[in-house]
Amino acid sequence: MMSLRARRRAINAFNLTMAVLTTVFGVFWLAWILWTTFSHGIGAIHLSLFTQDTPPPGSAGGGLRNAFVGSLMLLALALAIGVPIGVLAGTWLAEFAARRKLGGMVRFLNDILLSAPSIVIGLFTYSIVVGPSGHFSMFAGGVALSLILIPVVVRTTDEMLRLVPGALREAAIALGTPYWRLVMRITWKAAAPGILTGVLLGIARISGETAPLLFTALNNQFWSTNLWRPIANLPVVIFQFAMSPYENWQKMAWAGAFVAIAFILLLSIISRLILRRGVHRT
Amino acid sequence: MMQEHSSQAMRRTATRTSGEPVAATAREQPVGAPSTKISVRELNFYYGKFHALKDISIDIPEKRVTAFIGPSGCGKSTLLRTFNRMFEIYPEQRAEGKIIVDGDNILDSRQDIARIRSRIGMIFQKPTPFPMSIYENIAFGIRLYERLPKSEMDARVEQCLRQAALWDEVKDKLHQSGTSLSGGQQQRLCIARGVAIRPEIILLDEPCSALDPISTARVEELLKELVRDYTVVIVTHNMQQAARASDCTAFMYMGELVEYGPTATIFTRPTKQQTEDYITGRFG
Repeated sequence: MMSLRARRRAINAFNLTMAVLTTVFGVFWLAWILWTTFSHGIGAIHLSLFTQDTPPPGSAGGGLRNAFVGSLMLLALALAIGVPIGVLAGTWLAEFAARRKLGGMVRFLNDILLSAPSIVIGLFTYSIVVGPSGHFSMFAGGVALSLILIPVVVRTTDEMLRLVPGALREAAIALGTPYWRLVMRITWKAAAPGILTGVLLGIARISGETAPLLFTALNNQFWSTNLWRPIANLPVVIFQFAMSPYENWQKMAWAGAFVAIAFILLLSIISRLILRRGVHRT
Repeated sequence: MMQEHSSQAMRRTATRTSGEPVAATAREQPVGAPSTKISVRELNFYYGKFHALKDISIDIPEKRVTAFIGPSGCGKSTLLRTFNRMFEIYPEQRAEGKIIVDGDNILDSRQDIARIRSRIGMIFQKPTPFPMSIYENIAFGIRLYERLPKSEMDARVEQCLRQAALWDEVKDKLHQSGTSLSGGQQQRLCIARGVAIRPEIILLDEPCSALDPISTARVEELLKELVRDYTVVIVTHNMQQAARASDCTAFMYMGELVEYGPTATIFTRPTKQQTEDYITGRFG
């Protein structure tokens, strides 16, 4: 029979070892993914990748300019639709419906939307936008992505606003501040770093979505900035090029994947920095 | 009318020399002498079903410091929070009865709540600087009621910070975040913000419980200054603080007002056994 102390030490050592091993296991795959995209993608990174459009099948050269620009435009559209709606809905939840039944219900529904499979969102957008208008379009893609973005923003806005101490609200109310002014000038400001981080994480989430775009923005081999036409975008181009038999396309798919992952890494780092600065200040 | 009264008061503050023992002389006056500022009649208060205040009637004198003391949960903070209808933001809380301030029953729902709160300021237990600069913390409240040109606003901000004895410590960093100050400084910033909207009454809910002794002493000195111009009501856990800083003291227990009178009387010759037990430290 081991002494109590020795037993505790043994249990501690076991748990610690397991924790380290599982961490290593998780990080290992992440590192492998990063390494694979990096090693395959770096070779295809040329200036032409950003200045030329997607090449026709079987030809040499070309780039992903139309896909990069298309993806950025889709992101901008999704943000323009999703951020105002998400922030306002989250504000309503946290500030105006916190103690009401309806608020709890909306919060629950939002959580369901948050975990809705993106292909369902794609199908839904197809049926309400693409179907009636008769063709795929950048607009439909933006709507689909915004539907994925909205619940993320609602959730973070709601949570970040509820982290703002009630004492701060009471202090403002004690001055006779109208509630809307309290929200706009004080609680939004106090929660801003957190809300911004939520938006950035939302961008990271939607910038890799492929399924909903297949149903909505589709793809476009040519340069286009028309809101009502199909548009090239990185995820679908990567999918199409990687599955193709052409070596040039395959290389380009790796390069696109590398740029995509670098973009998301950058966003994550920025959101970390914002959050850390925000926490430091308040 | 109110504006006029307050600005006269401000002028007096500005020209007065410090160090006169005003609070001491005030304490020697009989309680009946000053006029009543807040008159509470048969006030009952409920948190949902919990009956937190039972038939409270109390007259709070003008331009005096009145302290509410009592053990935790006795209802002293609850009573204070009815004076500016702060409880109203929580739907399950309600008050019945009358609280008359200058002839108006502030519990009457027809009263303009913003006007009530502009006349009755409140300072909280924990300092609550807004997430903005020191200057903006003060200017925020002023802008709710007045539009001032920049030069006048600057003067008002300085005046308020001086009144809260904070000016010398912050005059070189007015545009830094209010949250960068120490706890004691933050609390004085909140007091400055409270007086900036020129209220008539200042409510303080355990304003020193999160502060160190030196900051506490500063705030108490500040109370003595403020009471020349304002009616001050303070909730405190600290009986020495009530004895030092107040003119009248109300002892509350289990939602009832047990005893109320001049501080000197309450602390030396209480009439109720419960009061004596509490102030001598036998319970609470």
